[in-house]
Amino acid sequence: MMMIGELLIGLLVLFGAVVSALSAFGLIRLPDVYLRSHAATKSTTLGVLCILSGAFLYFMFYLDHVSAKLLLGIVFVFITSPVAGHLNGRAAHRTGVPLWKGSVRDDLSEAMRREEQGRQVQQKDGSKLEQDNRN
Amino acid sequence: MINGILFAALVIISLAILGCLYRLMKGPSMADRITSLDTIGINLLAMVAVLCMLMRTEAYFEIILLIGILSFIGTTAFARYIERGVVIEQRGDDDDR
Repeated sequence: MMMIGELLIGLLVLFGAVVSALSAFGLIRLPDVYLRSHAATKSTTLGVLCILSGAFLYFMFYLDHVSAKLLLGIVFVFITSPVAGHLNGRAAHRTGVPLWKGSVRDDLSEAMRREEQGRQVQQKDGSKLEQDNRN
Repeated sequence: MINGILFAALVIISLAILGCLYRLMKGPSMADRITSLDTIGINLLAMVAVLCMLMRTEAYFEIILLIGILSFIGTTAFARYIERGVVIEQRGDDDDR
């Protein structure tokens, strides 16, 4: 039982570390903010979650202690890290960081243009309504 | 055996942090730097977890929570700053939306 636990913990920790290293490699090599953010966000969820789960199992096996703090940390990182990645990507897109020249589609700028048009139409309707009220 | 694996994991995570530091210094845009800072924070959290296992102590779990919270808040504040120019919006200040 101890042997299996040791193997499982070692595999989890090593896998998490390797995923972190791979994502750092992606962070160096990929050509674009958005692609880099994709690589970074994968590591910050999967790799760190594996390492923290390994730590949780370690303390459960060896010290016979179920740590609620570590569980809280796992849940918190799992919730917040994708949110941070999304916020960062949206901020980059809104500040006009250019896409890589090989990118084929850009849905967010289309959606923002459509929203802008909708707002203009709404404003026009509103001003017309105001004029009608005045008349 | 498990101590060797933990040491190897520490070395690998350190290499990952070095890669993020390269992007932090070079990164052409502000968002690159924010992404790499966020990744450095989360990797640091993983390092503290591995250190906890290596030292067989539970004293550093608070540090894990603290780094997680601070990293998220810092990333959010930076993203808002480069998007709007302010971190905390005043009420009535945003007439354009």
